[in-house]
Amino acid sequence: MISRTTRKNLLGGHLVAWGYALIIIGPMFWILSNSFKRQIDILMGNTFSTPILTNYETLLFSRQSDFLMNLWNSAMIGVVSTVIVLVIATLAAFTIIRLEPPKWATALLLGWALVFHMLPTLTFVGSWYVMFSNMGLHGTYTALILTHVLHALPQTMFLMVGFLLNIPRELIQAARMDGCSYGQVFRRIVVPLSFGGMAAAGALAFIQSWSDFAISLNLSDQDTMTAPVAIATFAQEHQIRYGEMAAASVMSMIPALILILLGQRYVVRGLMAGAVK
Amino acid sequence: MATNSTRRRNALWRIGSLLPASLLLVALSIYPVFNLVGLSLSDVEWIDGRAHSEFIGFANFDQLFRHETVYWAGVRNTIIFAICAVTAQMIFGFSMALAARRASGVTRAVLTAVFLLPIVMPPIVIGAMWRLLLGRDFGAVNTLLGYVGIGPIDFLGNPDIALASVILVDIWHWTPFVFLLMLTGLESLDQEVFEAAKFDVRSPWQELRYVTIPLMVPTILITLGLRLVLSFKVFDEVYLLTGGGPGTSTEVINFSIYRTFFAQDRLGVGSAMSLLTLVAVAVLIVVVNLWIRKRRSKSQEATS
Repeated sequence: MISRTTRKNLLGGHLVAWGYALIIIGPMFWILSNSFKRQIDILMGNTFSTPILTNYETLLFSRQSDFLMNLWNSAMIGVVSTVIVLVIATLAAFTIIRLEPPKWATALLLGWALVFHMLPTLTFVGSWYVMFSNMGLHGTYTALILTHVLHALPQTMFLMVGFLLNIPRELIQAARMDGCSYGQVFRRIVVPLSFGGMAAAGALAFIQSWSDFAISLNLSDQDTMTAPVAIATFAQEHQIRYGEMAAASVMSMIPALILILLGQRYVVRGLMAGAVK
Repeated sequence: MATNSTRRRNALWRIGSLLPASLLLVALSIYPVFNLVGLSLSDVEWIDGRAHSEFIGFANFDQLFRHETVYWAGVRNTIIFAICAVTAQMIFGFSMALAARRASGVTRAVLTAVFLLPIVMPPIVIGAMWRLLLGRDFGAVNTLLGYVGIGPIDFLGNPDIALASVILVDIWHWTPFVFLLMLTGLESLDQEVFEAAKFDVRSPWQELRYVTIPLMVPTILITLGLRLVLSFKVFDEVYLLTGGGPGTSTEVINFSIYRTFFAQDRLGVGSAMSLLTLVAVAVLIVVVNLWIRKRRSKSQEATS
């Protein structure tokens, strides 16, 4: 009797969860199918039509479209800012948890990083815009990379603090007994032992940079425009080209899909650590 | 043991390793706040691509508090948005986590993969996607509703339901995040408590009410606080879905700041808006933080 109600509950629970999964997947399949349709088929609401590649071809290879360059900008800014943020966050995390800096310094650094992480990004963008314009850096890769590094810094720092806590204190003490300087301990012990954590934190930092819209919209110009900003401009044209907008959206999802397929476990751990800290 | 030169190098290392992160935070997150204070007290004009500001006192704030009705409509909408969206996310996310808790390994892995999708995909793509889905004439949602004889509904163009549509998209976006946090929380609970309580509770509802929920209070509070504060960041989806319209029906704070600063080039008023928002959200962060800590220590006293 009891087992039957439990089974029924379990079945009901599964139905709810799978139903929601369907609500997540459904729209994605729909946009995928739209990216292979002609504009006229989308507007007529035709569910089935012969798939065509025109949208992707126009988007990537036509002369009027800069999307290939936008993708390159996104990838380049993403990779460079991820590498920089990993280095500076790991350095800071190591010192914070193993070298006992003054308490106030740690509290100030981590406390402000947490608050900054939660404040609306747009409240800072205006100020950055004025600062970078006055320095003649508006629209440059430098401005975008610096702000993207800063944007990912709190999360990466919290994640690395979490991961480095797993390295036994004794290991570091032993190395110092053998006459290693802090720099050597960092290079020879900390970095090799935290590759897994760095991969997870790096993947999340890259996704964050790749997805960013609020910063790139206002600090990039025609030449440094990233993919999300380009997608937004599609929607503002007088005659919205829905097929190309769908194709661009599909292409922008690729890094997220790769991340989920390759590193699901790491991503979940990373997200949780970022949330709980 | 450490020689003199190693010791000096170690001292340098301690400072040097914290320096890049601190410098970046100071230059690009602390200085900008002071910069905003300066700009918000000035009349700012662009001359040859550089901002020239002239001190005018509190005129920008006067303007903001008395005449910027669009911003205040945005404040109202953002608060409604945050409360409605977060409540729904908490309820849906928690119930689904309860449902999926006892699922098998493979089911769990597939579900987690699917639920991660909205969290890691670019928000602007979510905006683009739902704009296509909710379109009045050819959107898939209206096509589906048409089969059962409803509609067409102008989800994004009707001022009465546009905000509800934006909230719906946000629920779609963030419920999976709540789900994953709740699922992790549920799994870290001590199973022995459930075993022990088995004989005292008569129904699954009682178990939920008297065992599961009290144990989950810390996780629920943290998730709730986090989602509440983070929902004040909303911008990307609104930008693509409605652009704040029709009228001011989906105007949100961040969109007002963006428009004033970048589309209208009114830097002084835009800075005043940014500063006011920044301070308000910072206060909210501190209050939520203190509140969570208080409740948490209370619930720890109760359970221990």
